[in-house]
Amino acid sequence: MADDKRVAVLGAGMHEWGKWGRPFVEYGLAAARDALDDAGLTWRDMQFVSGADTIRNGYPGFVSGATFAQALGWTGARVSSVYAACASGAVAIANARAQILAGLCDVALVVGADTTPKGFFAPVGGDRKDDPDWLRFHLMGATNPTYFALYARRRMDRFGATEEDFAQVKVKNARHGLANKYARYRKEVTVDEVLASPMVADPLRLLEICATSDGGAALVLSSMDFARRHSGGAAPLVTIDAVSTVTPSFPNTVIEMPNFATDSAAAMSPSGDATASGFRPSIASAAYAEAGIGPEEVNLAEVYDLSSALELDWYEDIGLCGEGEAEKLLRDGVTSLGGRVPVNPSGGLSCFGEAIPAQAIAQVCECVWQLRGDANGHQVEDARVAVTANQGLFGHGSSVLLSR
Amino acid sequence: MAGTRMPAVEGWFTTGEDGRSPALLGSCCEACGTFAFPAEKSYCKNPDCSSTSFESVELSRRGRIWSYTDARYQPPPPYVAADPYVPFCLAAVELADEKLVVMGQVVPGIAVDDLSVGDEVELVIDTLYSEEGCDYLVWKWRPVVGVPAGSGD
Repeated sequence: MADDKRVAVLGAGMHEWGKWGRPFVEYGLAAARDALDDAGLTWRDMQFVSGADTIRNGYPGFVSGATFAQALGWTGARVSSVYAACASGAVAIANARAQILAGLCDVALVVGADTTPKGFFAPVGGDRKDDPDWLRFHLMGATNPTYFALYARRRMDRFGATEEDFAQVKVKNARHGLANKYARYRKEVTVDEVLASPMVADPLRLLEICATSDGGAALVLSSMDFARRHSGGAAPLVTIDAVSTVTPSFPNTVIEMPNFATDSAAAMSPSGDATASGFRPSIASAAYAEAGIGPEEVNLAEVYDLSSALELDWYEDIGLCGEGEAEKLLRDGVTSLGGRVPVNPSGGLSCFGEAIPAQAIAQVCECVWQLRGDANGHQVEDARVAVTANQGLFGHGSSVLLSR
Repeated sequence: MAGTRMPAVEGWFTTGEDGRSPALLGSCCEACGTFAFPAEKSYCKNPDCSSTSFESVELSRRGRIWSYTDARYQPPPPYVAADPYVPFCLAAVELADEKLVVMGQVVPGIAVDDLSVGDEVELVIDTLYSEEGCDYLVWKWRPVVGVPAGSGD
């Protein structure tokens, strides 16, 4: 592929995921410094800093790019701070990439970090009767797991998925995350233990719904030219070949958080193109199209397993199999380490919990380490192409395609 | 029961207190016929339509379950939960004429085992919570078959 759409990943860094309640800046700084060290560059080398915002940590969280820049020491670097719910990290990557590809900068730092409250995510404070995110809690008591459970129940009804299948996703991811030093939960579980955990939103149980975590992740990205200069002429080891940040296409006929209703298809049927089956399948397909790489070339995927069942939806949505075939893929071990296309070799959200603005960046960090052969204890053999996928509240798609 | 009854949100549904059946209040675009719930007031959501005129319409009172679940744990505020907390079911319901799916709680007394994808449900008005002598009302879905006595409106 031509250089003109690729950016080099020079460094990746993470702060371990957990629940400590310390300032989010601390996690972001640790990740940023690791990424800079990994790249063999200094903060002063960074011409652009791209922050992924957190909305639960006051004003510094809304201006995360500047917050991280100030914490690292003002250098005059240009800045961007962006919020896109769960896709915030990917949009922060997209902003840095756009600056690099436009020739406005050569090298950029991307950082996301979060400190999260305990329990269900609640809407941000205040009486906001025109905010659907506030209203869905107030009028329906619809939490995030409510929506995950609606999708899970659909899989059971349409494709014959079983509670054991969902539990098996958790078992697989728990095993994957065992040796990942950045994962918050590093403990094997059995199907029986998953099925014995309390029901939260039928058919999803406590061990199948991702927790909320503290954590931080960072990347150093550069132009291909900068990467060659930096390494004395060698091509960069890992590149980002595409970043998809698509929105849904009208009419979106799948109920999405935090909405009360879908779009109406009364005036216009979902079109016959690739977006026909909904928003989620359009997310990775935009990345594949941009990179000119197909799902059959993918060696590993990091997808957003907000629930165990949702990981199965992603198998189909990122093109690993056809609709209704995800359970077979799982049962055949295709998506386990050692299988043809391991999914969530990091352990996924199942082992990390979600640190919203850091998560999409962490997915990319994991892919970088996998492609470099640095994923100690959870390495996918000879990985050459990796894809990430997630979906942010209010219609933010995110998918990043990497290769070496 | 004495006391005031008020919709928990203004303008989203009729309560049926005028003797007519309760209904969700949506909108229908006067140019392209796209429905919306909650009602559209500014611009049509159809990207190929530039209409700003909408008719207020009562949505179909019956639909079929697209999917369903329940809430075993008490949702956080601004949900106002009964004390002690009583779990409830939720359903996403497909309305055939409007070609959209609307969520809502299911009436009390119904468990997930009572529901299946494709089941017919109808809209009723029920109390969401009570505060200082006022019942705040919301729409809920009630299975059409096997309706337990005394639930809903």
